[in-house]
This record gives sequence, C-alpha cells and structure tokens, in this order.
Amino acid sequence: MLEKKLITKHIGVIDPKSIFEYLRLDGYKQAERMFDMSRMDIHDAFETSKLRGRGGAGFPVSIKLMAMAKESTQPKYIICNADEGEPGNFKDRYLMENNPHIIIEGMIIAAYATGASKGYIYIRGEYDKSIDVMKEALQQARQKRFLGENIFNKRFDFDIEIRRGAGSYVCGEEFALLESIEGKAGRTRVKPPFPTSKGLFGKPTLINNVETFATLPTILEIGGEAFAKIGTPSSTGTKLISLSGNVKNKGVFEVPFGVPMRTIINELGGGPLEGRKIKMIQLGGACGPVIPEYMLDMVIDFDRFEEFESKTGAGAIIVMDDRQDIFDVLKRVSDFFQHESCGKCTPCREGNLHMLKTLHKFFEKTATEKDLSLLETQARVIHQTSLCGLGQTAPTAVISSLHYFRFSFLKRIEDRLEEANYAEN
Amino acid sequence: MPKIKINNLEVRADEGTTILQAAKEHNFKIPTLCYYPDLDIKSDCRVCVVESVGQEKLVTACSTPIYEGMEIKINSPRAQNARKAIIEMILANHDANCTACVRNTNCELQNLSDHLGIVHNRFETIYEKKPNDTSSPSLIRNHSRCIKCGRCIDACKTIQDISVLEFSGRSHEVEVGPAYHKDLADVFCTYCGQCSTVCPVGAIMEKSDVEKVWQAIDDSSKHVVVQVAPAIRVSLGEELGMQLGSIVTGKVVAALKMLGFTKVFDTNFTADLTIIEEGHELIHRLKNGGKTPLITSCCPGWVRYAEHKFPDLLENLSSCKSPQQMFGALAKTYYAQRESIDPKDIYVVSIMPCTAKKYEAIRPEMSVNGEDPDVDAVLTTRELAKMIKQIGVDFDNLREQKFDKPDEVTSGAAAIFGATGGVMEAALRTVKEVVEEKPLEKLDFDTVRGYEGIREAEVEIKGETLKVAVAHTLANAKKLAQDIRDGKSPYAFIEVMACPGGCVGGGGQPYGTTREKQRDRIHSIYQVDRLMKIRKSHDNAAVSNLYSSYLGDPSGELAHKLLHTKYTKRS
Amino acid sequence: MELEKVLERFPKEQTYLIEILLDYQKSKPTQHLTENELKEVANYLDVPESHVFSVVSFYSFFSMEPRGKYIIQYCRDVPCHISDLINVKETLETLLDIKTGETTEDQLFTLEYSSCLGQCDGAPAIRINDKIYRNLTKNKLQMVLAEYRGDHHA
Repeated sequence: MLEKKLITKHIGVIDPKSIFEYLRLDGYKQAERMFDMSRMDIHDAFETSKLRGRGGAGFPVSIKLMAMAKESTQPKYIICNADEGEPGNFKDRYLMENNPHIIIEGMIIAAYATGASKGYIYIRGEYDKSIDVMKEALQQARQKRFLGENIFNKRFDFDIEIRRGAGSYVCGEEFALLESIEGKAGRTRVKPPFPTSKGLFGKPTLINNVETFATLPTILEIGGEAFAKIGTPSSTGTKLISLSGNVKNKGVFEVPFGVPMRTIINELGGGPLEGRKIKMIQLGGACGPVIPEYMLDMVIDFDRFEEFESKTGAGAIIVMDDRQDIFDVLKRVSDFFQHESCGKCTPCREGNLHMLKTLHKFFEKTATEKDLSLLETQARVIHQTSLCGLGQTAPTAVISSLHYFRFSFLKRIEDRLEEANYAEN
Repeated sequence: MPKIKINNLEVRADEGTTILQAAKEHNFKIPTLCYYPDLDIKSDCRVCVVESVGQEKLVTACSTPIYEGMEIKINSPRAQNARKAIIEMILANHDANCTACVRNTNCELQNLSDHLGIVHNRFETIYEKKPNDTSSPSLIRNHSRCIKCGRCIDACKTIQDISVLEFSGRSHEVEVGPAYHKDLADVFCTYCGQCSTVCPVGAIMEKSDVEKVWQAIDDSSKHVVVQVAPAIRVSLGEELGMQLGSIVTGKVVAALKMLGFTKVFDTNFTADLTIIEEGHELIHRLKNGGKTPLITSCCPGWVRYAEHKFPDLLENLSSCKSPQQMFGALAKTYYAQRESIDPKDIYVVSIMPCTAKKYEAIRPEMSVNGEDPDVDAVLTTRELAKMIKQIGVDFDNLREQKFDKPDEVTSGAAAIFGATGGVMEAALRTVKEVVEEKPLEKLDFDTVRGYEGIREAEVEIKGETLKVAVAHTLANAKKLAQDIRDGKSPYAFIEVMACPGGCVGGGGQPYGTTREKQRDRIHSIYQVDRLMKIRKSHDNAAVSNLYSSYLGDPSGELAHKLLHTKYTKRS
Repeated sequence: MELEKVLERFPKEQTYLIEILLDYQKSKPTQHLTENELKEVANYLDVPESHVFSVVSFYSFFSMEPRGKYIIQYCRDVPCHISDLINVKETLETLLDIKTGETTEDQLFTLEYSSCLGQCDGAPAIRINDKIYRNLTKNKLQMVLAEYRGDHHA
C-alpha cells in the first residue's frame, strides 16, 4: 500500500459532524490519557518522534513545544494556522472538513504539554465550509467538556476560538497571522523576538499547522519511537500531499515520507492525461520551485526540499503537462505575489512588481540579455533580503526555473533576435 | 562581552546589541534608511542588510542581535549589490526630480544613492505623479516622493499617540496617509510637524512662507518686523553647519538684518509678558476657586489637540495667547501707535521652531482688527536657514548684533520657554516670589527640568504645597488630560508641550532632530538663562514699562483684549 | 442588520475588529462598508479610525464601494489557470457582460479575482458569497448563474 493513513484514517469511515463517531474510534482518548502522563513523558514522545512542522518549513516540533513549556509568562497561547492560502495546497481544508476533532485533540495535547490556556484556529475566510465544520466541532467538544474549564474533569482549562481571515495570503506567515488575530493588517513584524517568547498580545505563543496538530494524537497513541520508524530518518511519519494540475486523479493523499514523487503522480494521481506528457511540476505551491520531469524521482523529504530554500514541505504537487508555457506559469506565480505582498518591506513590495514586468517581457518575447541579468538580480535580492519567509520565497519559482529551464530563457531572447532580424529583412 | 568580527576585524560588543549598534561603536558605518534613533526598529526598508557569514540570506543590521563568534561583512559584494538594488527599487518608485525638491542636498535617499554610487537605475521608473496635499496651513504632503519607510507613522502613532498617519492598502498599493486617503485638513491633525522632522525625503514638509516673506521685505510700503522664538537661538546654528547646540542669538539678529527685516525683536519679551499674565491667572484661579488645574496654552499643537480630543477641558486652558500671538497683537497696536505707523502697513514675521505656529497665526481669533492676522508669516527654523543660505551669508562668521530697542530687555525665564518644563519654571519663579513677597532663595526649579515624559513636583508657596506637572509629547499630555477628565488629577498647574523635549524638538526644527540633539539644545537653553542679567519675568523693566505706559494692569481690560483668547470645541 | 446589533455581540477589544467587519459587511445587501460605519466601529473598539481603514484597505474581502448581492470570486492561480476545462475569467466576463471589479447593472453580481481558493482538486473553481463551485465548465457556469438569477427574481 502506497498510502499510509494515520491522520486520515477516520475519513470516509466516520461522519465528521459527529463527535460520537470520532469517539467510537477512540477519539480524544490520547488527550484524556495524557493527563495521567508526566509532562516529561509527553515531551519525550514528541522528541523521539522527530516530528517536523507540516506547514512547509519543517522546523522540529519538540523544540518549539519545549521552548513554550519553559516560558513562565502567562497566559500562553496555542494557534492552529489554518490560513492555507498557498496555491496548490488544500490538505488542511480536507482535514478540517473531514476530520475536525483530530485537530482539536491535537491542540488540547499541545496546550497541556506547554501550559497554554487559550487556543485560536485561524482559518482563511475563503474556507466557509471548514469554518462551519470546525465551529460545530468545537461546540461539541465543549459540550463533552473536552474544552472549557477543568477539561476531562482535570484541573486544566483550555478553550479554542476561531478567527477568520479576510482575504490575505500573507496572514499564513506566523507574524502576520499574529497581527491579524490582534485585529490589525497582516503586516509581518520585526524579528526577533519570536512567538514562543513574545507572540500573540506579547505573550508566549505556539503556532503550528493544522496537519501538525492533527499528528500529535497519533504520536501519543503509537509512541514516539514507532512514529519515527515511519518515513525517512530525517522526515518521520506521514505527509498529506495535495495533488493537482494536469493529472487524472487530483486530491489529498497521505503517504509516508520517502515516497518518490513520480510514484505519487502515477499511482495515486493516475499519471498525466491521455496523450500528454508531464513537462514540469511546481512543488509546495506558488512559493515552491518549478522542476523538470526528470527530477520526479526525488522523494518526499524535508532535507531534499531544503535545497530549494523555500517552504516546499507543505506537500503540494502541481503537475503541468507539455501544453504549458513556463513563462505563462511564472507570470501567474509572480502576479500572485504581486497581489499578495503585504507591502511592508521594499524588496517584496517593489521587487515583485519589477520581476513581473521582466517576466512579461519573456512571455511576450521582447526580453534581452540585459533583462535576463536583471531578472536574476531581482529574484536574488527579493529572496535574500525580504523581511518574512513569504517574501523570501516569492522568487523561488523564478530562481529554480532560471536553473532548470535556463535554455528556455535563452531561447526566448534568441527568438526575439530572430524575429527582429526577420522584420528588418 | 561577545567577540565578533566586522569586516575581518575582531571586536567586542555588548551582549544584546544589534549589528548596527556594534558597528557604530567601532566606527563602521552601515547605511540605513527607515531606521531612526528615537523610533521603533522596523527593518522595513532593508537597506541596512549585511552578510552574516554562514547565512544564506542577508540580515538587517538594525534588527539583528549579535552573538559570540558572529562574522559580519558589511561591504561584501553580495551585501553591496543587494543594498544597491534596494535603493534602485525605491528610486524607481520615487519622484526623483531632486533639483525641484526642498530636500535637495539634504535628503537621506539622495545621500545613500550617492554613497552607493548609483549613477544609473537598472529598474524601470514606475512612480505615478499624484497631487500634493496642500490642504493644511502648516504641512504639505507630497505622495510621489513618499518611500513608505513608516517613520512619520511612528512619530504620529508612537510619539504623539494621534495616529493620523497610517499605512493603508497592501503590496504595491501601500500608501501612507490619513484614513480614507483624506487630506490633512480634513482629519484631526494637530499640525505638530513631528512627521516632517523625521521624514528622510521631501514627502512631508512645512508649507513654506519664504516667498511671501521675500515679497514683503521687497515691498517698500511695508514695515517688516520679525520676532525670534526662544528655541531658534540654540538650533539654527547646527542647521547652518555649526556645532550642535551652538548659541547663536546675536548671529540670528545679524542675519535677519542682512535679510532686510526693518526691525528684529525677541519673542522672549512677550514670553515674559505671558508669564505675567499667566502667573496672574494662576494666582487668581487659586485664590478664587477657579478651574484647576490650569494648563498652559502657548503650544498650538496642544491647543488644537485639546480642542479636538478634550473639549471638556478647554476651561482648564490658560486664556493667555502664546508669546507669538501676544507679540503680533502688540505689534499691530502698541507698536504701531508708538511708532506712528498704520497697523495695515506693519508686516509681522515670526521665526518659530514649529509648524503648528503657522496654523495658530491664521486662527480667526488671532486678529486684533478682526480682519488681518496679527502675525502675517511664520518661518520655521529650516525655512530661515534656507533664506540665509539663499543670500549666501557666512553665518558662522557673522558679527553678533543685539535685538532692536526699546524692547530688547528679556529675562532668563523667557529663554527657557524653549525647553520642556521651561514655562513651568518661569511661572514658578514669578508666582512664588510675587505671592511670598520676598526674593527667591533658589532660582532653579530642578524638579521640573529633565526629559521624563511626565514630571511632577511639589512647590511650597507661602506654606502651601502647590502640585504641578510637566508633560511633553501629546501621548503624555493625553495621560494627564485623561486623569483630569476622570477627576483623578492632583495638580494645580500643568505645562504641556506637544513636541518631544519642548520647542527645541519642535516640528519646524532641523530635519533629523533626535532626543540626543534635543538634550544638547536644552543644555544650551539653560546656559542662555544662566548668563542673563535678569532671570525672572516680573523683573523685566521693559515689561513693567509696557504695563504702566500702555496696557494698564495685568489681566486688566486692555491686557485681556490683546493678550487673551478663547478656544473652540472641535469634536 | 444594524451595526449596533453586530457590535453588541463582541467585546470591546481590537482583536475582534476583523470579525466585526466581516459579519457586518456580510449582512448588508451592498456588501460594503462606509466611512461612518468604520468610524462607529473605531469608536466602539476605541482604536484610531486610521487603524480601521488600514485594516479595511488591506484585506481583499472588504470593500468601501457598494457591490452586488452576489460576489463571484474566481481563482486564476496556477492549478486553476492550467486546468484544461475553461478560462473562467473570460467566460464569466462574457456571461455577465462586465469586467473584473465591476458590478452588473441589476446589482446582482460583482466579479472579483481571488487568490487561490484552495479547491485545486476541483479546478477551475469559483466562490459565490460563501459557496464554492468546482470543476466548472461553461455549461455548468451558465446553470449556476441562472440559479442565482432565478433566486433573485423569486
């Protein structure tokens, strides 16, 4: 079996709107059991699991949890980042719509492990259904006294509130997200300090992705060591893959780390459409690299993704077949960032517009060699000097394309010269 | 103390300092743009990026703390190229018609561009010319020059707690300005001008009266008199290349004469007059159970703020006009009469450290004949410096001259009006001595001096304790005002100055004024006071003479007509 | 719904600013916010008006221009863009006879661009107010629009 269902095992089996069905499959059991464990044991489990954040950056979860636990300032906050705005990603929506309680259970576990008393789920406003499902799930959990005061009849208070986004991709960046919950425009903050010491309302805050929280109950259930055996040594456990683009079966698939992308595309995605060939894929979403077909044997692994210096690890694969023009795609990606930049720092605010203009020249076949060197400068400067992770990864698609599809860029410049010559003669 | 390397040089720096601080400590200059010493660190412009060896991305020097063993390369080609590209991007979206800009040769962006050797911009020019906001009597906003560094927003929000200016929009559409893209005159702006002193480029500046003044000077039918505010004499020098805090009283007079003003007078004279009037007002209120705390009203930014935000406290404000307006009123009455000049022919110019004074001068109640303003034109420190540069005077080498007679006598008490706490101290010197009817043992009221945002003091007067407080910046003024509104204020008398440091940090002072510079100017101001022969306003014989020969009694009928005013609820 | 009624449901804390604005805007047939309303919200939360405007002008959900009863948001990010079914933007602009950013004459529809709607497995997709429509073809779009038009006339 290619798929390994740990956090999606309930999906298709239970009615997501019923807490009873989740409970029937031992739901909330790990949260309840945890109260009989020492906090040390809980942290041990997470540490040995080697779990890494599922939002894209792959930061070790136990380090954040431990840092939060050590903070003595109260109150502390837990935030579930459900602002899934990265084009090509929809696995968090899939989880929220189909398995809401596992996310809540994960948040309760994280709250107890870190001593947080209040949680927020920040869901992008476009996810109306997710918001409804999660709201109802929270209500049910409250009725069962899994949330609120003295939860599970233990001396521990924890409740969760939902906050909606209002149409802003950058709010998925953790500092912008904090600003948004505080009722401000989603413009990122100067760092340090980092959220675990000074986050929401200036208090210690743990921010993790939906999928990360959803993974915590499983780790307590099977134990850190058993979890670490799944996947690869550097990337343990399973990963939700959002598969989209020019494939037969689009959708979310849970696979262990270490599976080659080609296998996912062909076996789970059914391969390219009839008569078409895969030309390239974009990995991770708009902020991820565009890589050629011949690299599809690369496996799903954080360490492999790191060479692209972008938050590739969210697990999106956008497949593009031989009908697609790379400049058309790059222009779309660049336009997206131009639309979504928060506008706070110079390189992202100004640079993305310039980059889009240069890409347009390539698309229109009017680019010169000067434009190629300008594009390289623009991409490099945005990447190296932007204030937040989103700005830094805005040019990843361009940088990777300049590497893997350099020939296409040179060809466009040549085309222009040829057309110019033709016109002259 | 961590050991770090800057440009291959091993140095030590304090734990917790930023790269920028550590570099400065060791004489390395890192270019900055959005960074401003008194404001929050934003790290938005990204101009101060440097290479931290081992890190793939560049880091901003202003916000990144150092750590043991850190290796910093300020000028690696990678850092330099990035910095250059960032400045080019900013320039591409900036109306860089430098020769037509008030900040030409005094612009931080221009300097950076010069230092980085940008002679050609690789980035396509994309700025759109937008109309300027000229709605306010004090300030002009030029949108096409704004580089979105956010300094003005910080000044407006953090220092003043007004938040008239704010970012709006996102991405390339980000704009700095009032809510709904309104003009300054249509929102609650106090015209304090703090935004203009921190702006690195020519995006916010005072509405200039320079042309108007040249016209008046050239008009032979006009008798052009000029008054010089207390804070000018300790700040104009530095704007003209002299040392920080240079005391240039006599040189200012000489320069103004060279510019062609008929008479050059000292606002300190009417500052003394203000103390007499306000002192009497305080004594009167205390004796007769009048509205207290009495709050000073010589700061037009504060007055406008109170009119908008604390209209319920307007009765607490002293009814005295500011020294600028007392001067204007007297120039067009007493002075006109004494010199036998038709008041219509007298043109009054003031040199002020302030942009709000331009607004104060056109307030309708600031007109003794009900038609013409008592003060016809107001020049900021910066505008005066411009005029002096225009005529090419070697300011440093000017021979000092005295203010024109006969009102040249002023006191040290008037001189300290320019520093936060100065009006309070000047008033206390007079009130205590007048009430106790015996000479003060100690002239300096040290407790009201200093730089704390809010300072309070208890003063013994004739066996009774008078509780007083001093606040500078509107953020601090708001706190005191809120306490009064809540019935929690223990004070009898409060001094408020809208700008940090008082007038020495005024919105019309040289660009780039910082706390450090304000302190230097304050220091000089107290030195001016110490060197004065007369140090108490009521000892000023010229003022006494004015009362006996013209005004009658302090707070008397004529004094009231000319020297007092009223306020309007504006919310 | 009156703004006051919406405000009543929230504590006077800045953190609820976006929630308040979202709820209130949704309740208005014109789906937009006015200067006076922003002022009222600012007063209620005791935050500067410039702050409220800063928020409203930042998030793409908010509008200070009146909009249609139904806001159609189409996605044109890569997964939707490369989907071989139809060009949603052009199809919608033709079917509605308006350009992106405009409102139909009958004030029924406003057409807007949205960043990725997270429906890439059902690309191309649109969102009409709070409902999602996936795997769109021209035919399907026509049917959806007809449904909304009918709903309006009923």
